[in-house]
Amino acid sequence: MSYRVVVGVRLKEGLLDPQGKAVEAALPSLGWTNVSGVRVGKEIELELDAPDEAAARAQVVEMSERFLSNPVIETFEILRVSEIMALSQSNQKAT
Amino acid sequence: MSEPRPRIGVVTFPGSLDDRDALRAVALMGAEPVSVWHAHRSLGDADAVILPGGFSYGDYLRTGAIARFAPAMESVAAFAAAGGPVLGICNGFQILCEAGLLPGALVRNKGLAFVCRWLTIRVENGEAGGHESSGNLTIGRRGELLSVPIKHGEGRFVASPDTLERLEGDGRVAFRYASPGGEVSEDFNPNGSTASIAGVWNEAGNVLGLMPHPEHAVDPDLGPTGGQPILQWLLSAARARVPA
Amino acid sequence: MAPVGGAGSGAGLTGATDETQPRTPAPPAEPLHRTLGLTDTEYAAIESGLGRAPEPTELAMYSVMWSEHCSYKSSKAHLRTLPTEGPRVLVGPGQDAGVVDVGDGVACVFKMESHSHPSAIEPYQGAATGVGGIVRDVLSMGARPAALLDPLRFGSLDGERNRYLFGGVVAGIGSYGNCIGVPTVGGEVKFADCHSANPTVNVMCLGFAAADALLQSRAGGPGSILLLIGAATGRDGIGGVSVLASQTLEEDAHESRPSVQIGDPFLEKLLIEACLELKDLGLLEGLKDLGGAGLTCAVSEAASGVRLGADLDLDRVALREQGMEPFEILISESQERMLAIVRPEDVGAAQEVCAKWGLTGAPVAAFVDGGTLTVRRGGEVVASLPARSLADEGPEYDRPAERPQWLDALSADDPARAPAPSSLEDAFISVLGSPNVAGTRWAFEQYDQLVQGQTLVGPGADAAVVRIEGTLRAVAVSADGNGRYGFLDPYAGAVHAVAEAARNVAAVGATPAAITNCLNFGNPERPEVMWQFREAVRGMGDACRAFGTPVTGGNVSFYNESAGSAIYPTPVIGMVGILEDYRLLVRSGFPAEGLAIYALGDTRPELGGSEYAEVVLGKVCGRPPAVDLEAESKLHRLLAASSRANVLASAHDCSDGGIAVALAESAINGGVGFDVVPAGGAAAHLWLFSESASRAVVAPALGSERALEELAAAHGVPCERVGTTGGGRLRFGDLFEVSLNDAIVVYESTIPRLMSAKRAAV
Repeated sequence: MSYRVVVGVRLKEGLLDPQGKAVEAALPSLGWTNVSGVRVGKEIELELDAPDEAAARAQVVEMSERFLSNPVIETFEILRVSEIMALSQSNQKAT
Repeated sequence: MSEPRPRIGVVTFPGSLDDRDALRAVALMGAEPVSVWHAHRSLGDADAVILPGGFSYGDYLRTGAIARFAPAMESVAAFAAAGGPVLGICNGFQILCEAGLLPGALVRNKGLAFVCRWLTIRVENGEAGGHESSGNLTIGRRGELLSVPIKHGEGRFVASPDTLERLEGDGRVAFRYASPGGEVSEDFNPNGSTASIAGVWNEAGNVLGLMPHPEHAVDPDLGPTGGQPILQWLLSAARARVPA
Repeated sequence: MAPVGGAGSGAGLTGATDETQPRTPAPPAEPLHRTLGLTDTEYAAIESGLGRAPEPTELAMYSVMWSEHCSYKSSKAHLRTLPTEGPRVLVGPGQDAGVVDVGDGVACVFKMESHSHPSAIEPYQGAATGVGGIVRDVLSMGARPAALLDPLRFGSLDGERNRYLFGGVVAGIGSYGNCIGVPTVGGEVKFADCHSANPTVNVMCLGFAAADALLQSRAGGPGSILLLIGAATGRDGIGGVSVLASQTLEEDAHESRPSVQIGDPFLEKLLIEACLELKDLGLLEGLKDLGGAGLTCAVSEAASGVRLGADLDLDRVALREQGMEPFEILISESQERMLAIVRPEDVGAAQEVCAKWGLTGAPVAAFVDGGTLTVRRGGEVVASLPARSLADEGPEYDRPAERPQWLDALSADDPARAPAPSSLEDAFISVLGSPNVAGTRWAFEQYDQLVQGQTLVGPGADAAVVRIEGTLRAVAVSADGNGRYGFLDPYAGAVHAVAEAARNVAAVGATPAAITNCLNFGNPERPEVMWQFREAVRGMGDACRAFGTPVTGGNVSFYNESAGSAIYPTPVIGMVGILEDYRLLVRSGFPAEGLAIYALGDTRPELGGSEYAEVVLGKVCGRPPAVDLEAESKLHRLLAASSRANVLASAHDCSDGGIAVALAESAINGGVGFDVVPAGGAAAHLWLFSESASRAVVAPALGSERALEELAAAHGVPCERVGTTGGGRLRFGDLFEVSLNDAIVVYESTIPRLMSAKRAAV
């Protein structure tokens, strides 16, 4: 089976997130005065082959712990898992 | 003078930028520069290793996150474990943290922008453990001030409270950002680093990482020479390993 | 996902999903060539040249190659009048970059370009890819890129959109330049309302190579293979050349976003290293960069340059997106690509070097006899046309030019006739704190100025100075323009730009050698703009002849206007000078107390187009200061001679803001105050703020005062002692004084204060 998985990575709670602060500071000037707690993170989308969804999730957790996130500063979370047709040929990159 | 001329290896990763500058700087300091390629396991019989500045792998994903898996890094880890002196500068510091050879991590500057600036750092522990050994095996006395440049977008040092407590307690904070007069304050902290930390030692005291660029502060024709004592430590530590 | 034309990768940048909708339901009955920006006359020329009607793919290729951006059709008749030869010129205009011999077997390769149009739409990527492009120009001559300079012009920072553009451009330049390891050593930042909708983003790169190991872009023979190295080709910048750079920006700028290219500086760094390694191993016959008009331009120029044709196989081009049409592959402006010309037997070795750096090197084309460029896709011929007709036979126009009537009233209004200001101190603070004069640290700190370890003098000085490794030589480089002067008199504006650039280079002790340029103008189809352009080119030529600094190349950026309102006509001059011994370089700051201060050159009551007139009187009017080219040359020679004789402790060019600002900057840069006695009596403001040309403020080394006076006399340069360095104050005799600390605060805080206004929200 093939799965598309989206992993969210963001700075740990409590770590200063200057990007989040900058966004938060800009919102009131645009008229949104009721927003707080802005954090900026990133999303990593990937496709993989795995026997089943549980195996796909387990592999993504391991990849996230070892590489996709840095446990010293970041937390991660699997945001979405969806089954897809066979691995697409769209990633036929030549580089 | 019959001091042996130590071999200093500088690892070039794809996207390393200050590698040639580091090679030039150690040559100017009297060492034999040795270029090391990331994809090779050989460190070229180096007596000490520098991980230079730059944007290895474009700093994509996280600074240093991809470079740490290079074959040369396995050798660097083994070399460090055997007591070999290793200096990580800027991106090299980031790689050492990602590789777990130094504690903590470097994240986006508090001001969000890249900062290139000459500034002052204060020596906190010229060698790990707060010893004050004489001679060349120390960078300097506590409180000594060095004029060096920084140039980075992600140089804010962070670590867990436990790690920080241990770093401070064990005398492993090497440098802090300071005013020209030596005062440590947020006004002179260029990136928001925790406790103004600019560089740290590993537990054994043979691995040093710092965000400032000592290799750009050795040639008096180009500016202040606050980088010399730092590279001098590396050369001396390397020399100590050269069989007589 | 259905392949939808026009949904380039840029769509991801805006997050806009409506880009997948066809923008216009059904194309109107307009002929294709007009939609592509070709005139009926141009179409007729194509048809008669081919002897048949062009296929749509062929028409697309002509449309990009014959665009203003690539063909210089409105400007080349004028550019031909420029002096291009000199004893130091190794390569003049017509190649990817100019080259001068700096001695000791070293060649300096340099070029300037505009990326204003892309930056107006998406400042971060627009500026970033501008850096990438100019670096590849220098690389294509076989030189290692060694320094960048960024002359930038924006609307007032009181405007939110202008802050957004300025912030984005600076961050974009930094993101790219910092990541490829080329230091940014200089440039300028200027502000004027006419740049509000049309920022001017110029970028200059210089690099070094062994003079006997330069690559020629005219290289190779029949059978030579063209390797496409670097990024895969996507839909980036489709139509960028003709649509972005050859049309006036209108209100719907957002619509153009998918055309904006995205830069990958990491890939560029690999490309630099791979290309230089290929060159060092002797595997290259030639090297072309892919810029505007992409593969079409690179292949047709390479072939035409050696009077050959080429067989180009689009199936061999690595693609990043599915469903790309042949014309899209041909005109894509995907960044970080180079075309290497290699002998057939070297292809394997060249590909190995590419692989070492993680790059592909795809043999996409081969040179063939006969002059025809044949393009195939899936075995079918999709285009077949003479390479020369694309590269060298584009149209050329002598567009009507007419001096605008409105200049008369402006010229007649001489600001020197206005009453003296009520407070000289207030006037001084206003001028020193004007964003055009104030320190630009806010921008330059975002750039790596130090990498490569050769920056002797970085941003904020008269000229940047970059040492040449392994020699005592250094190159001094400055990039200057003056929009107000050009607006008031485009001829004088260009003369001033060349003179100031040369003076800046001379101030550090170097001898001006040659220039490159970027000519920033409005719509050339308007006679008034064409007149400005013609006058500016004439002025640049006259000044370059007088100083013996030939033009080695440059770039023309037209259509910098919106709603009929153009930017100031702004030629920006990139001057390269040679310093034979870098240890003799002269810095701009007062280094010590107790030194005599001299003003070199004559100060006349000239406030036309000055910073004072704009900031204090609120007007841009009058005539720019006169430039006596002979007097200017004498000053340059005196400054270089003084450096060689080692008599100067500091030297600083006197320009924007006059002597008052020159003195203040020397004090701020050196951290040492001064006491001077202004001349002019009741009209001291004229002495303080006049922008008379051909002047400098210098401090001779202690004991060298007489030597300086004698040198000045020998060179025929007026030389007058005006004061002494020392103390913590900027003291203008009994007129007024300001503490050095206050002056530093005014000078350094202006731009950060403006930029910290409420964050831009665009």
